Amino acid sequence: MSIVIILILASLSVGLVFLGAFIWSVRSGQYEDTTTPSLRILADDPQPKISEIKIKLK
Amino acid sequence: MSQEVLELQMPPAREEPAGAHHASAHNAGAQYAGAQPGGGRYASAQHAGGQCFHCGELCRAASFALEGRSFCCLGCQTVFSILTASGLDQFYQLQTSPGVRIRASSAAAKWKFLDDPSVQEKLFDFADDNKAKVTLFLPAIHCVACVWLLENLFKLHPGIGKSQVNFARREATITFAPTEIKFSELAALVTSIGYEPQLTLGETEKAKPSPLRKKVWLQIGLAAFGFGNIMLMSLPFYFGLDSINGPWFKTIAGWLSLAMALPVVTYSASDFWLSAWAGLRQRVLTLEVPITIGLAAIYCSSIVEVASHRGPGYCDSLTGLIFFLLCGRLFQKKTYERLTFDRDYKGFFPLSVVRKVAGHEESIAISRLKTGDRIILRNGELLPADGCLISGKACMDYSFVTGEAEPVQFDAGARLYAGGRQAGGAIEVETIKPVAQSYLASLWNNEAFRKTTDNDFDSLTNQYSRRFTKLVVGIALCAGAFWLFKSPATSLKAFTSILIVACPCALALAAPLTHGTVQRLLARLKIFLRNGLVIERMAKVDTIVLDKTGTLTMATVGGIVFHGNKLSHEERNWIVSLAKHSTHPNSVRLASLPGAAALPVAAFKETPGCGVEGDVAGHKILLGSQSWISNRLDKVTHKADGTAVFVAIDGKFRGSFALENTLRPEVEQLISKLQGRFELALLSGDNEREAARFEKIFGDRFTLNFNQSPADKLQFVRELQKAGRTVMMVGDGLNDAGALRQADVGVAVVENTGAFSPASDVILDAAELARLPHVLAFARSAARIVRAGFIISALYNIIGVSIAAAGLLQPMVCAILMPISSATIVLFSCGASAWAARRSGLISQPHTSIRQAAEAVTQPETLLQPS
Repeated sequence: MSIVIILILASLSVGLVFLGAFIWSVRSGQYEDTTTPSLRILADDPQPKISEIKIKLK
Repeated sequence: MSQEVLELQMPPAREEPAGAHHASAHNAGAQYAGAQPGGGRYASAQHAGGQCFHCGELCRAASFALEGRSFCCLGCQTVFSILTASGLDQFYQLQTSPGVRIRASSAAAKWKFLDDPSVQEKLFDFADDNKAKVTLFLPAIHCVACVWLLENLFKLHPGIGKSQVNFARREATITFAPTEIKFSELAALVTSIGYEPQLTLGETEKAKPSPLRKKVWLQIGLAAFGFGNIMLMSLPFYFGLDSINGPWFKTIAGWLSLAMALPVVTYSASDFWLSAWAGLRQRVLTLEVPITIGLAAIYCSSIVEVASHRGPGYCDSLTGLIFFLLCGRLFQKKTYERLTFDRDYKGFFPLSVVRKVAGHEESIAISRLKTGDRIILRNGELLPADGCLISGKACMDYSFVTGEAEPVQFDAGARLYAGGRQAGGAIEVETIKPVAQSYLASLWNNEAFRKTTDNDFDSLTNQYSRRFTKLVVGIALCAGAFWLFKSPATSLKAFTSILIVACPCALALAAPLTHGTVQRLLARLKIFLRNGLVIERMAKVDTIVLDKTGTLTMATVGGIVFHGNKLSHEERNWIVSLAKHSTHPNSVRLASLPGAAALPVAAFKETPGCGVEGDVAGHKILLGSQSWISNRLDKVTHKADGTAVFVAIDGKFRGSFALENTLRPEVEQLISKLQGRFELALLSGDNEREAARFEKIFGDRFTLNFNQSPADKLQFVRELQKAGRTVMMVGDGLNDAGALRQADVGVAVVENTGAFSPASDVILDAAELARLPHVLAFARSAARIVRAGFIISALYNIIGVSIAAAGLLQPMVCAILMPISSATIVLFSCGASAWAARRSGLISQPHTSIRQAAEAVTQPETLLQPS
């Protein structure tokens, strides 16, 4: 019967990992704007990398 | 490489490609405002016709050319050269003609005021010595290429760092080094490539976006986590399988569920608790009150059940309920956010003004303008405060304020009222009142504008929820009392289970979902509603007041009649050729007359506010106002009503073009459809010269009032309301603003939805005016759908409450009944709204089906996105 306990714990911990990932994604602002990324991907040029930007902004 | 790419991108035949249509739709407002730098130079360019490579707009007969591509104006050509020089020509690959028509060439001096630290403090998101971050509202953003170009802004100037575009909000967040590029230079740069930032008083005073949105997502995520995992543990109980694991399983599952439900009840549902509390403090039974009573009842009885080892509790239903409620809320919020258009009048005022101090000019923030300051107004600029004309010839366009389309001329010493737009040369004005006290501001500060339109105390939902709460608590008490005598053990269970099962989740979902779907469907037709409550009020409308200028008539096309000696085909062609060189609205209309290819014009000269002159094919042509032509030639006795352009050829007066404000083609049909059901009235700020025409359309049953000031219009609407009528006001601009706000439903008819939207309840694209009767019918259906949703919800509640009152409620019954009632309401609200839209004739294409409505619910992004 203890196998059920292990299963519950396993499923819960997986759930918690995803909850944590979700909270992180919300906090990092990924839900602020859900339209622009879908357009941005249409431009095949790679997005500007920080290193490419000519000035160094501290 | 880039050169080849561009060759491939050369427009093939350019017979209205999709992109061009796209660009022109977005540039409708700029169409006639486009600057034509260096008027006289047109004649020399040989390029004829074609579309501008940058913005896709049709080039005037003579246009600019560079590297084999033609451009409609110097601005577009400049942008093209900036972009190719910086290796940003991929811009043109992303979309055919993605650019925005360049208006007046951007003078860096215009943005000087942005270097004022007090202005910067208001606008910057963040700033320190070597880095500043600013979010600019760029209304011109309209396609993929815009996003790409603005995010590659750093290639244009070394002082610019990362920039990020928010397409939905038309905003770009730009990081830059103020030591290398001043804010004013940044603004000028962004303007020079076609994205003029819109910085207004309203914008600077606007609070920064709150982190509320993040909270909503976190709440939903947490509720979904709780709902899913508790459901997983509850499944064995639904099928009676829990006993296989032994009696301890029930206890463990119960406590785990309670633990997972705790953050859902406290954090995810916090908004419900707060608004229920706020409602109770104001002694209002809002919808949140029964919801929170239900939540508390479910959670408390679950604790009791688990603690007494009787069962696993009802946490599955509880978290599911909160999850569905939050989804409904998110849907509602997203709809509102996307359709926000309630702009303040301040949005129409400029942010800066040129002040003249001790002989030199400086650009200052408008809030610093004081009485007695001398300001310089150039062509097209708005007068921010009442003033006295010191020098120059004022030609004020008061169409915002009075509705009169013709500009009024003033000489030095005249008093000018705020809200006028100068057309013509620069004038100097001394302000005699501060900004806030001026005429326009006082009109907008009228009580009507302060009315809280979002007061939803009387909304259908709240009416029902008040009754609902009383009824449910009443039934619960009765059932409890009944069982107290019969079987005291069942009494408490019956009482709590009634509160549990009677949770008005369906009630909470019916209105937001129906209204949201209606708003989305209408938004696709370029009809925008302020919020869902507008639909309820629209359903009750019985009187419609229509404004004339700009609403029933339009000033841009056709309706040109010539009075005088008949002009030969050639002469007409000369006039059109000359008119093409001016941006004055009347010239633009004359230029739209059919004619052969434009002829070159020499010695072109425009006298602002008076007329234009030039030599065409060796003939001297004058086009202008009566007084101007009279001054240039002999006295002209010829009379003309309304807007007219007088014509003289080779020093001889020939006659006048009467520019009628043409009726929109759909007006007669619109009136005939409306007059059966509604009481109608016409109000116009214009004079009575067109009265007969409208009497014919309206018949003699309805009121037609002319020479109405904005205050008269407001008063008229108020009188109707006093007589117990529910009034819809259909108007166009700021001059109707008072009446629009006073009316129960204010409908603003606009030519360009992005350009101008007074604070009204509904914004209707002028092209969709004919749909107004359908919209009204749709609103009535929507109100019925909401009521039907309430009835469905009531049926579920009756079943649930009967079971609960009998003391037979099991967790499984609860877990099935509650999600099913929510799901039924979701499907019914969205499906029935889409069906009603088709039935009311709003959407004729069969592709708008229930499936699409469902997509609209699941993918809120797809709707307002330009295709």
